[in-house]
Amino acid sequence: MIPAAFDYHSPRTLSEAVELLGRFQEEAKVLSGGQSLLPLLKLRLGSAAHLVDIGRIPGLEYIREEGGYLKIGGRTRESALEKSDLIRTKYPILADTAAVIADPLVRNLATVGGNLAHGDPANDHPATMLALGAEVVATGPKGQRTIPIDRFFTGLFSTALALDEILTEIRIPVPPGRSGGAYMKLERKVGDFATAAAAAQVTLGEGGEIARAGIGLTSAGPTPVKAAAAEQFLKGKKGDAAAIAQASRLASQAASPSPDRRGAVEYKKEMARVLTARALAKAIARAQGAQ
Amino acid sequence: MAKHTIKVTVNGEGRQAEVESRLLLVHFLRENLRLTGTHIGCDTTHCGACTVLLDGVPVKSCTVLAVQADGRDVATVEGLEKDGKLHPVQEGFYQEHGLQCGYCTPGMMMTSCALLASNPDPTEADIRRAISGNLCRCTGYVNIVKSVQHAAAAARAR
Repeated sequence: MIPAAFDYHSPRTLSEAVELLGRFQEEAKVLSGGQSLLPLLKLRLGSAAHLVDIGRIPGLEYIREEGGYLKIGGRTRESALEKSDLIRTKYPILADTAAVIADPLVRNLATVGGNLAHGDPANDHPATMLALGAEVVATGPKGQRTIPIDRFFTGLFSTALALDEILTEIRIPVPPGRSGGAYMKLERKVGDFATAAAAAQVTLGEGGEIARAGIGLTSAGPTPVKAAAAEQFLKGKKGDAAAIAQASRLASQAASPSPDRRGAVEYKKEMARVLTARALAKAIARAQGAQ
Repeated sequence: MAKHTIKVTVNGEGRQAEVESRLLLVHFLRENLRLTGTHIGCDTTHCGACTVLLDGVPVKSCTVLAVQADGRDVATVEGLEKDGKLHPVQEGFYQEHGLQCGYCTPGMMMTSCALLASNPDPTEADIRRAISGNLCRCTGYVNIVKSVQHAAAAARAR
């Protein structure tokens, strides 16, 4: 399959890329890893007269802690997250997530920023970033601005990014001690989108009670779902089986999935409940020191 | 739509061409360079038959634009055999019957080469994980895993 004709631009600087986006407006798309965009163009589900490839702009791939944040460059490959010792040891929820996105070959090109900026509720990082309380940095003609992740996803395949903005960084508050997270995904086979998936990140207080809980759901509606009622419910609770059971029921109620080949609405909601319970249990165990 | 002149090193040899923006890397290899060892399977980023190494990293060449490969290094199955001698991965697939129809084989071998370059002594789980983006509908993967193990042992013995 061959995409409809487009012109290709390969800017060497961020400001040049932003200028191109400003010039071509809705006729332009940002090409990052290309693992969602190129299939879309090939299947002719989407089209763009201009592709602005950010692949040759230096300084967009990094994973580092700085100023109280974990900072991930927008073009950081999923495979780099998988291989990062910092991610594996301190942010296991991100390691869990990267390991189940598409397949290893796709992850060699697919980028964390692209996974978010594509605005696909079936992508995996949105739920993870909701659970972690991340924010994203958008770079546009007037410089940078930050957008909290819970205000980033505005609709199916749409985000708060302006036409001339590029997602250049993801910032995650460095979790305090006694924190842990996990991502649990049900997929029919490697490479498939989630039938259902849940991300959970918790921080425990001095006495072992839950001080903060973040829960995000994948493939659970037209936008990624933040299970706010479940998060609120868990605050101050002991992370025992009864609390996990109730929180996972609340999370399931927040899901409004569509029926498709992967299952009926009832099935997907039930899987959202089961996976939330498992993710919470694992997140709590990790917060208590388990691997 | 503008055309772009690209320079790509393919299997160690510098190649130059004028290509349309939308030309896919796999079509550049197969049609412009007539390197038809790289197969097109699903054409939807699922099957991995079109896997090549881009700067040493295995990627699906049906989901990369030829212009994205400008100035970079591409390795295809045609570059594995050297001086009439099979690459250890090719020898492994031959000895362990790692193929039946052969359609997935070039992609499987390129992924395997990249795995062994970074992990010379992979476990069975490492191998299965590495090839999880390459689909085979003939072998049930058992002989493919054996082939990669054979190649790993041969490479280590050298």
